[in-house]
Amino acid sequence: MPEPKQPEKLIDDKGLRIDGRRLDELRPIKLEVGLLDKADGSAYIEQGKNKILVAVYGPREAHPKHIAMPDRAVIRCRYHMAPFSVDERKNPAPSRREMELSKVIRESLEPVVLTDLYPRTTIDLFIEVLQSDGGSRCAGITAASLALADAGIPMKEMVAACAVGKIEGKLALDLSDAEDKYGEADIPVALVPNAGLVTLLQMDGHLTLSEFEQGFTMALEACKTLHAMQREVLKKKYATIKEAAEEREEAEVVA
Amino acid sequence: MVLVAEPKQVVAPGEVLAEGDHLLGDNAYRIGTKIFSACVGILEVDGNRVFVVPLKGGYFPRVGDLVAGRIVDIGLSGWLVDIRAPYEAMLPASETPGPRGPRRRDLSTSYEVGDMVLAEVLAFDRTRDPLLTVKGPGLGKVASGRVVEISAAKIPRLIGRKGSMISMLKKETDCQITVGQNGVVMVWGKSPESERVAVEAIYMVEREAHTRGLTDRIREMISRSRVVEQVAGTQTA
Repeated sequence: MPEPKQPEKLIDDKGLRIDGRRLDELRPIKLEVGLLDKADGSAYIEQGKNKILVAVYGPREAHPKHIAMPDRAVIRCRYHMAPFSVDERKNPAPSRREMELSKVIRESLEPVVLTDLYPRTTIDLFIEVLQSDGGSRCAGITAASLALADAGIPMKEMVAACAVGKIEGKLALDLSDAEDKYGEADIPVALVPNAGLVTLLQMDGHLTLSEFEQGFTMALEACKTLHAMQREVLKKKYATIKEAAEEREEAEVVA
Repeated sequence: MVLVAEPKQVVAPGEVLAEGDHLLGDNAYRIGTKIFSACVGILEVDGNRVFVVPLKGGYFPRVGDLVAGRIVDIGLSGWLVDIRAPYEAMLPASETPGPRGPRRRDLSTSYEVGDMVLAEVLAFDRTRDPLLTVKGPGLGKVASGRVVEISAAKIPRLIGRKGSMISMLKKETDCQITVGQNGVVMVWGKSPESERVAVEAIYMVEREAHTRGLTDRIREMISRSRVVEQVAGTQTA
């Protein structure tokens, strides 16, 4: 399959982007929780054309033993792109880029997980990109923290992530693949909303200081929107459990 | 001292539970004056204490827990037992009943790899692997019965308030049932049929732990399958 041609314009006359979004608009997002039976926790995200599946295992016994820490759990993370996730077949062996992303994703999640509760164990995260469309590290983080919560692993809160970038001289939220490739800058941001902690901040391309500040604020707002979605999806899955609690309460009244 | 979220409500990690000087219970943490949830679960309030009952998660050993596990290895002075926890448990030979225990003898004469044992967590402080004991009534090797493995988070539901669910199950299925806190349940029945019904009921509790009127529905399911059995019995006779 030939490399898709560079679109003539990233923003049309009406100020809309190639996929019809406004500059400050997120791509359509679909979140699902707990779809894998064998994993302790799992989540799936579709953000634009991104399709990412995350599985969490643990806390479990650390293997090999020497990686275990005496005072806390070790988090291991593998970000991997399926060979069919991009136009040109991707070699399934972990690339330099994937290893870096595994590391930054792990580091963006480590501050929220209460690892000191499970010393000498590991928590393993597998992020599998089934279809890639730019901004997959952010979508990966969003889904991974949802999967961690689904696994019942104690954590301070879920982390939400979103990118902001610059295309044709204008700041745009949540860049797609083409916008990332042919735009001028890209900043992925991960936010821990209650704590007000930014756990991922990268930038490539060029931005002025004021552009950066404005873009950063845009990304933070988007992270908060995403965080609300994460919470909603997670609670919806377990909402029916509330009824059981009510039943228990009723039973108590009767007894 | 203000509760922000409602008790018995499903809460997500990071959700504000209360504000003020409540006591922190399980799965809750504090930043400043606010108390947050640390996992998905149901908010419970006991007097001044705020805690979250988790809806998911594996088994984490606690001293005094009754657990069932499989022997995975035999060492010089004891056995290694898989109790479905993040840690491998140790059952020392000195913690087996008998005058001196089978010490200095071949340990495999007592328990072999693959054997199921019912044990109690004797000691565990996270810095070392849990220690088990089989000294006690009803503890030791399990030679018969059926083993059902369910999520450890669903065990409280299987037991029910003041044991209501489990005592109903025992009565209705006419089976002896032992519940390990690690999610391993053992069933002994008078007939394979009654065991099968009990196992099915246990899986149903796990599957539908989050639904209303579960106890009644389980009771109904058990009596229905008993009727089916009787009909089948008269037909063959």
